[in-house]
Amino acid sequence: MKRSVWLLLILALVVVYPLLFTTPFLQRLGALVLLYAIAASAWNIVGGYAGQVSVGHVVFFGCGAYASMAFFTHFGWPPIAAVPVGMMASVGIAALIGVPTLRLSGHYFSMATIAVAELARLIVTNVEALGAAVGLSGPVMPRSVFDLSFTSALPYYYLFLVVLLAVLGLTYWMENSRIGFYLRAIKDNERAARSLGVQAGRYKLYAYMMSAGLTSIAGTLYATMYGFIDPDSGLGILTSVKILIMAALGGAGLLFGPLVGAAILVPLEEISNNLLGGKGAGLTFVVYGAIIMIIARFYPSGLLKLVLDRLASAKPALSEQKVRDVA
Amino acid sequence: MSMSLLQVLIGGLLLGAVYALFSSGLTLIWGMMNVVNFAHGDFVMIAMYVAFMVWKLFGGGPFLAMPIAAMLLATLGIIAYFSLVRHVMKGPMLAQILGTFGLALLLRYGMFWTFGANFQSLPENLVGGTYDLWGIRIQASRLLAGTLAIVLTITLHLMLTRTSLGSKMLAVAEDSTAAQLMGIRPDRMQAIAWGLAAGLTGIAGALIATFFYISPTVGETLAIIAFVTVSLGGFGSITGALVAGLLIGVIESLSGYLIGAVYKDIVVYTIFIAVLWFRPQGLMGKN
Repeated sequence: MKRSVWLLLILALVVVYPLLFTTPFLQRLGALVLLYAIAASAWNIVGGYAGQVSVGHVVFFGCGAYASMAFFTHFGWPPIAAVPVGMMASVGIAALIGVPTLRLSGHYFSMATIAVAELARLIVTNVEALGAAVGLSGPVMPRSVFDLSFTSALPYYYLFLVVLLAVLGLTYWMENSRIGFYLRAIKDNERAARSLGVQAGRYKLYAYMMSAGLTSIAGTLYATMYGFIDPDSGLGILTSVKILIMAALGGAGLLFGPLVGAAILVPLEEISNNLLGGKGAGLTFVVYGAIIMIIARFYPSGLLKLVLDRLASAKPALSEQKVRDVA
Repeated sequence: MSMSLLQVLIGGLLLGAVYALFSSGLTLIWGMMNVVNFAHGDFVMIAMYVAFMVWKLFGGGPFLAMPIAAMLLATLGIIAYFSLVRHVMKGPMLAQILGTFGLALLLRYGMFWTFGANFQSLPENLVGGTYDLWGIRIQASRLLAGTLAIVLTITLHLMLTRTSLGSKMLAVAEDSTAAQLMGIRPDRMQAIAWGLAAGLTGIAGALIATFFYISPTVGETLAIIAFVTVSLGGFGSITGALVAGLLIGVIESLSGYLIGAVYKDIVVYTIFIAVLWFRPQGLMGKN
């Protein structure tokens, strides 16, 4: 009961945020937080819930982004119409990586994700139809409202919010369904889960394919907002890093962890880019590397978990007080 | 067989030997403590910059750069083991992978920040010139790197299988609790393994820098090559890494020669996916 009141309050704040902070910079910042929260929440399904650490999630992001720009360039589709194409391509690639590696130890999976992302980047860089090294652009002028090409960040903010809520809703449903219980059992002790008849490889694969499809939506939304995609922004390893660090910092395996991570890191990165300009790019990722190491070493369950644990440990103290009062 | 094809094959073997050298460190650590060092390629990258600085500051070649890089990298490896790896290796999968992945980013973008994104290279004639053997042209730098790499990889294999230190390390790999009961300190053996593996990346980096481009992001490419080599060779097998490294060097050179230079990495990465699908235990691995 208390929890749902808090959630409604936070949701209300998120809904009115761009109406309270009306400068273009802050509205765009809000939209970016939600966009990265979508991608990071999608990563969370396989990285957090299934415990399989993808370090090449950008390949799905790229599928979505490239599908929208390529179908616009070659067939004149509105960018957003290519969502199913990007999702299908992503699910296919997820199966290509996941089927052989999810049976093996988790290291194989992580190594394969990094290699496939790099492979995709190399291939796209050499394919003329996908813009090669230059990249692809979206509609210069919006032909209709379906092109979703706006100068203000406000429409994007609400579009991303709706998609994020859908992704979180889906994650919540998964968490409480049969597959969620299986994934928790596998993550706890795969051998024990297998011996009880859980087909570990299959459920990890389902989680991975679901995560891949949802990540590609984030890619399409990114391309729709920026109207441009190239191999570095759409398939570079740094986008993978951003996706996973947001989920891991906030709390991998927690529903709202990735959103918390995005709300911390996106503003930090935008501010450091504004202050330091091009020189800041290298420094940002030095800091990201350090943050990732610190999370791994000290707080593998993330910041949100740390806060929730603090709150939970505060509660028994209260009830002890009551017991003492009664006595 | 035409002379130019033979030249490509020999070039591939020499390059592959260097791949085998730095991959053997990755497979040693993986086999011994079930940890994949995602920063392994970036260790090689750091060694390449050490070689670059040795040349820039002292005008020294690989024979001066190798011991310096080996010592620096071995120190880095031991520090990484004690401050990071030892703590994350027993933790959840997320911590195991993100730990060294974060280290990789820190090293890569630290170098990016210091040296910029520009490609550097050592002067072409730093190690002799080019030999002409019955019409086959071989650069002295590649010949030196390839021969030394094969010798060192075989030495590592012999050290592991024929010396008491090697036996202790293999004992820890087999069952660290049992090894501990026999009076072997697993922690010390694992630290030695990290020092050894990182030291080898130092030597490999100093060698490969004599004929390869140097850039902050080269570590990612080299790391993937090491992953392919280790998976193809088989988990924890040094001889497997040697065979796989030579094979990958040849395949890479051949595909560069036959299809085009831009496609050689694409071919190698595709082989990785094929290995995972059809022979995940590798060429030499047990099931």
